[in-house]
Amino acid sequence: MSRRHIISLLMENEAGALSRVAGLFSARAYNIESLTVAPTEDATLSRMTIVTVGSEDIIEQITKQLNKLVDVIKVMDLTEGSHIERELMLVKLRAVGADREEIKRTADIFRGNIIDVTESTYTIELTGAGSKLDAFLEAIDSAFILETVRTGASGIGRGERSLKV
Amino acid sequence: MFAGPGVKIKARKFAGWLPWHDFLTVTGQNDYPHGFTNELIFYQFMEATGAEIVVRCLAEEGVEFVFGYPGGAVLNIYDEIFKQNKFKHVLVRHEQAAVHAADAYARSTGRVGVALVTSGPGVTNAVTGIATAYMDSIPIVVVTGQVPTPAIGLDAFQEVDTVGITRPCVKHNFLVKDVKDLAATMKKAFIIAATGRPGPVVVDVPKDVTYHTTDFEYPATVEMRSYSPVVKGHSGQMKRAVQMLLEAKRPMIYAGGGVVLGDASEQLAELTRLLGFPITNTLMGLGGYPATDRQNLGMLGMHGTYEANMAMQHSDVLLAVGARFDDRVIGNPAHFAREQRRIIHIDVDPSSISKRVKVDVPIVGDVKNVLTDMLALLKQAKEKPDVAALNAWWTQIELWRSKNCLKYNRNSPIIKPQYVVEKLWEVTKGDAYVTSDVGQHQMWAAQYYKFDKPRRWINSGGLGTMGVGLPYAMGVQLAFPDAQVACITGESSIQMNIQELSTCKQYRIPVKVVTLNNRYMGMVRQWQEFFYGSRYAESYMESLPDFVKLAEAYGHVGMRIDRPEDVEAALKEAFSPALKERMVFMDFQTDQTENVFPMVEGGKGLSEMILAEEL
Ligand SMILES: Cc1cc2nc3c(=O)[nH]c(=O)nc-3n(C[C@H](O)[C@H](O)[C@H](O)COP(=O)(O)OP(=O)(O)OC[C@H]3O[C@@H](n4cnc5c(N)ncnc54)[C@H](O)[C@@H]3O)c2cc1C
Ligand SMILES: Cc1ncc(C[n+]2csc(CCOP(=O)(O)OP(=O)(O)O)c2C)c(N)n1
Ligand SMILES: [Mg+2]
Repeated sequence: MSRRHIISLLMENEAGALSRVAGLFSARAYNIESLTVAPTEDATLSRMTIVTVGSEDIIEQITKQLNKLVDVIKVMDLTEGSHIERELMLVKLRAVGADREEIKRTADIFRGNIIDVTESTYTIELTGAGSKLDAFLEAIDSAFILETVRTGASGIGRGERSLKV
Repeated sequence: MFAGPGVKIKARKFAGWLPWHDFLTVTGQNDYPHGFTNELIFYQFMEATGAEIVVRCLAEEGVEFVFGYPGGAVLNIYDEIFKQNKFKHVLVRHEQAAVHAADAYARSTGRVGVALVTSGPGVTNAVTGIATAYMDSIPIVVVTGQVPTPAIGLDAFQEVDTVGITRPCVKHNFLVKDVKDLAATMKKAFIIAATGRPGPVVVDVPKDVTYHTTDFEYPATVEMRSYSPVVKGHSGQMKRAVQMLLEAKRPMIYAGGGVVLGDASEQLAELTRLLGFPITNTLMGLGGYPATDRQNLGMLGMHGTYEANMAMQHSDVLLAVGARFDDRVIGNPAHFAREQRRIIHIDVDPSSISKRVKVDVPIVGDVKNVLTDMLALLKQAKEKPDVAALNAWWTQIELWRSKNCLKYNRNSPIIKPQYVVEKLWEVTKGDAYVTSDVGQHQMWAAQYYKFDKPRRWINSGGLGTMGVGLPYAMGVQLAFPDAQVACITGESSIQMNIQELSTCKQYRIPVKVVTLNNRYMGMVRQWQEFFYGSRYAESYMESLPDFVKLAEAYGHVGMRIDRPEDVEAALKEAFSPALKERMVFMDFQTDQTENVFPMVEGGKGLSEMILAEEL
């Protein structure tokens, strides 16, 4: 039974660390749906969120293999407990005439912000779980969509559940 | 900012002792004797070049041999090697052999092996050696030269992305961009290579780093917050394991390379004898438990014995120790799972556990610690093994054993390869270090040389690299100059690193090469015979050299043996005191049609072996 998992990890913020993780996934033929990485408040650490799909056995191997990487300090499968997932999307839309109002209304419903406006386009910023971003794109006529950029998911445990060194 | 000796001196602060070559430069004396040691001179400088740091780190680690090959990017390091005598540099004839030799040094001694190669082609030549060590979890440190840091990424002369190329086949690798990090990185490399699940570590050193200077102090240890292998087993799991072992009706112990790597043979033997259980070794585990002991059923797997594979398949409690359920060992996992059994798995690497076969009691930890703790628990336990069940199990096993699955035709007028290995065992009194290449000869070596001690059997199991045999023998012989070292090889494999005969000459490495010459890539031919309608596509070895003359051309002793009745005499002569100091190349003309049995075909189950008599 394959399921979507969000794996969070802390690793040394060193050159090549990202390629070790990416290389591990491709070498072992694991799935990567998305991968995000940036330094934490402690600049020697990077925090990475990987979204992957796999059976329990595969996910177990993935977390073990990640832990085995010498640069990796801690690994946590967020999906094993309660957690929050957010993704940022920027969408550029063709917006002329009456469509401008319609698009704005849809953006409001999804709590999106219009962050750039020209005579013929809107650029909307939207944050949420991946499914919400998908829903927004479905709600907009695809003919309007000029460009989309998504960051991939970032995740964090709820409450006291945290990933720290 | 190149620093020749003269320039270097001015740039330095002095305090205490000084390496002798600098001292001699200062005093204007340049005709220095080789072999003068550092300690004789009581000046100390605080700064060192990167090249000096590399060399001094190796000396601090107690490295005996560095196997290497020079080139532009490592010339500064070689210059420092020239000026020291703490370790010996062994000049191989191909970088692949440098890494193999370092790997064999590690396999046979248990210490970290060291190789040194230049950038670009030096590194790419070394990759096969690194991958070979990686697959068998062998601790080595490979220092590689790199183009100067400002040139990295500019397609500089002899530049390759060493960290990128080696990443999938190292335990870890480093690119040292600042000379200040060099000493700590070297320390980390040695720690990472040797601890936990061992493996190769590459340290890539750009040329400018080798002449930049910094204060040098070799750290006694280095903390790595991201690296802490588990050493002790979980006590609850160990209790469960002991309980399970004592309840077993048809127990089996399956011991792998981890026992050898973790130096736990004694503990394994004590446990096995205390329990009275049957035991089998993987190809990598041979010698981890004495082969001549009655409780040992021999090797298991694709070319394992009938009794070992049958007992493995039909066991109800399986204790896996430092073994990784390789596909060559358990055959088809679905077939293996058909029989109900409970599995206890001891391994230092959690990712080896439940990777291919689900286990019931995982125990992560160092095998020596875990077995020691389990022995203590076992001795305290009130329960005893079920003697009646065990006797019935042994009766069944003896029945399987009586098939005598390793029998072969001893009356053949053509030399049988198995016979050569058996005779080698007799002549060397079972006490030689045996290296092998890859192919049928490797399997016969594993089946017919009875290894009673660990670290005596040196071969490439995981990657199956043809060409390892001769460089492996060199690494072992240098580590144990007085030991008998035999390299069992095939006429195809030996040609993959034959140039090392020259290294053997230069360093007077008296290994004995036992070539089982069947004029075929026998292992390939066997598969073609079984699975490709005997169409022997490109597996015949045409135009073989005259190995006797070839050996002689390199300055060694060559022998060709055509008849079974000459086998023993040839081996005795090769291992006689008269040839103790000589490298001997024996070319045994063996039966071209011989196959390795038993055999579990790919996709088949362990108990579905093909035996010799069935064909
Ligand atoms: C032509 C050919 C034929 C082959 N046929 C066979 C065959 O018939 N039978 C066979 O067995 N093999 C065969 N092999 C070899 C096979 O490919 C594997 O290399 C081998 O089976 C693996 O052995 P292993 O399970 O002991 O693991 P190894 O590769 O030796 O791995 C050791 C395990 O122990 C662990 N470990 C290491 N150190 C410690 C420690 N200190 N404490 C605890 N755990 C530790 C490691 O994490 C690892 O999981 C063949 C190879 C070739 C080339
Ligand atoms: C570098 C490399 N190339 C190819 C192979 C595939 N291979 C495995 S065994 C073998 C034949 C080995 O022939 P030989 O050394 O003569 O040994 P034999 O099987 O005849 O004993 C080959 C080609 C390999 N293992 N390694
Ligand atoms: Mg051959």
